Amino acid sequence: MSILIYAESAEGKFKKVALELASYAKKVAESLGTTVTAVTVNAGDVSELSKYGVDKVLKVNNDKLAGFTAKAYADVIKQAAQKEAAKVVLLSSTTDSIYLSSLVAVALEAGFASNVVGLPVSTSPFQVKRTAFSNKAFNITEINTDVKVLALAKNSYGIFESASSLTEEDFNPTIGDADFGVKVVSVEKVSGKVSIADADIVVSAGRGLKGPENWGMIEELASVLGAATACSKPVSDLGWRPHGEHVGQTGKPVATNLYIAIGISGAIQHIAGINSSKVKVVINSDPEAPFFKVADYGIVGDAFEIVPQLITKLKAFKEQHS
Amino acid sequence: MKILVCISHVPDTTSKINFTNGDAEFDTNGVQYVINPNDEFGLTRAIWFQEQQGATVTVVNVGGPDTEPTLRKALAIGANEAIRVNANPTDGFFVAKQLAEVIKNGGYDVVIAGKESLDYNGGMVPGMIAGILGYNFLNSCTGITVDGTSVTAVREIDGGKETVSSSLPIVLGAQKGIVEEKDLRIPNMRGIMTARTKVLTILEPVEAAINTKAVKFEKPAPKSAVKLISADNLDELINLLHNEAKVI
Ligand SMILES: Cc1cc2nc3c(=O)[nH]c(=O)nc-3n(C[C@H](O)[C@H](O)[C@H](O)COP(=O)(O)OP(=O)(O)OC[C@H]3O[C@@H](n4cnc5c(N)ncnc54)[C@H](O)[C@@H]3O)c2cc1C
Repeated sequence: MSILIYAESAEGKFKKVALELASYAKKVAESLGTTVTAVTVNAGDVSELSKYGVDKVLKVNNDKLAGFTAKAYADVIKQAAQKEAAKVVLLSSTTDSIYLSSLVAVALEAGFASNVVGLPVSTSPFQVKRTAFSNKAFNITEINTDVKVLALAKNSYGIFESASSLTEEDFNPTIGDADFGVKVVSVEKVSGKVSIADADIVVSAGRGLKGPENWGMIEELASVLGAATACSKPVSDLGWRPHGEHVGQTGKPVATNLYIAIGISGAIQHIAGINSSKVKVVINSDPEAPFFKVADYGIVGDAFEIVPQLITKLKAFKEQHS
Repeated sequence: MKILVCISHVPDTTSKINFTNGDAEFDTNGVQYVINPNDEFGLTRAIWFQEQQGATVTVVNVGGPDTEPTLRKALAIGANEAIRVNANPTDGFFVAKQLAEVIKNGGYDVVIAGKESLDYNGGMVPGMIAGILGYNFLNSCTGITVDGTSVTAVREIDGGKETVSSSLPIVLGAQKGIVEEKDLRIPNMRGIMTARTKVLTILEPVEAAINTKAVKFEKPAPKSAVKLISADNLDELINLLHNEAKVI
């Protein structure tokens, strides 16, 4: 028996969510008195995982898995779980991992809880807390199956170091043609920009910005902070910004350390998507804007005056602190 | 082409979320129900396939009789027929199992389900259906075209998008983008009238294991009040973000 995590990597580097997942798994393993095994796919050097409590890595290196294919990856994770007799299988909440996790759960005939926030409330019976109703509530879910699959919500646990001595093992799961029924034709990545999925800081703007021509200052603020840019729904509906940037209940969820909302009213559907961000800063000219109710820091004022000044001051701050 | 659109019946996005029975159950009092937004995008796309490619569109929901108005709305929007699996949807796997049964018996080529529903946000059902049936599966689709026996879709990935192709049958996890919000269909009077005469079949559920159960709900702790900072004191904001919140 052990705990298995799928440690996601991109271009030979582990994603931050993979390190968070390892930290989380270590803690769960301690409470269950067991060890943590990670399965990796074409990850290159895996030694970094030893810093976060992983005891063993099953390394899958296979050119056929160069591009992400859900069925094949799910098959890999299933076989790794069976080899390790894993009772708990953990995945993150990236777009790819969300895609995988329900396939993995069915393949392992395991009860599955997604959007898990925090350590199990109890291990016997096995109960976890997850978000529900678009972050307006939490739900304690009990998993009754022998094997359990959990998907951890991003930034809900944190990254903690815990040294371990790592064993590495090459792993060659069987993958057949049936795993490749879905073929990737082409991939388009926005390069040179921080994506919302990877960002620690997100700078987001709404209809208060009046038009797409005013997004220069939002991009600049984001670039000073090393942040991703985002927007409210009407902004993407109006075509001012791409759909991939629309956050909220019907858009992307954002669980960052810092969320800066500029000229966004704070409608319930928008808040639903950003609620799990840790620190929220709101800049809005309307002191009655509902966003102030959920914000940690607020400035009442005109974005067109405040943002340029903030950029100048942050640049100076960054220079001092670099 | 036979298309099945899975319809989840969810509280309207502005609903107040409360619990009853010792916080063990969602309080439906005064809650308005709607078609889950991601499913609504899927339904509209399916209606386009019906209009342009002669597809037949069936909608299905796993739920009690109270969900029928939601299915009638889907019929009024243009679906040809509806199915309700008469059961309380206890968890994602249970729902997926019921839907898989409907799909197996109905021989659908394309199954469209929202990538997640806005009540439990599980994001489980489409993948589980595909897993149970061994069908190909595409999640987070922002564009879908079907040509004879194959489907081409655009799907969102972290930091971009990719184009993928697959043979039929297939399960698609739909989201905004497969149609735009402005193109969503609203039932008109004629649609509402004809919906009344369309077939709504009620099926009894098949056995399914109860893998998970919701034991209790909690509401987030109340938030402390916002710290307001004067617009001419941005240094203070930077100071607070650096020293107090420690996020920059
Ligand atoms: C089913 C459904 C789902 C939805 N899903 C989402 C979702 O996922 N995400 C989402 O964002 N919305 C969603 N919405 C829409 C949501 O209800 C709001 O309409 C939307 O969030 C408002 O966007 P906004 O704040 O940018 O625009 P507005 O409501 O127009 O607000 C603009 C704000 O900017 C402020 N402002 C104006 N000028 C300035 C200035 N010069 N400086 C500073 N501030 C200024 C105003 O005071 C105002 O508060 C959904 C709606 C529905 C019905």
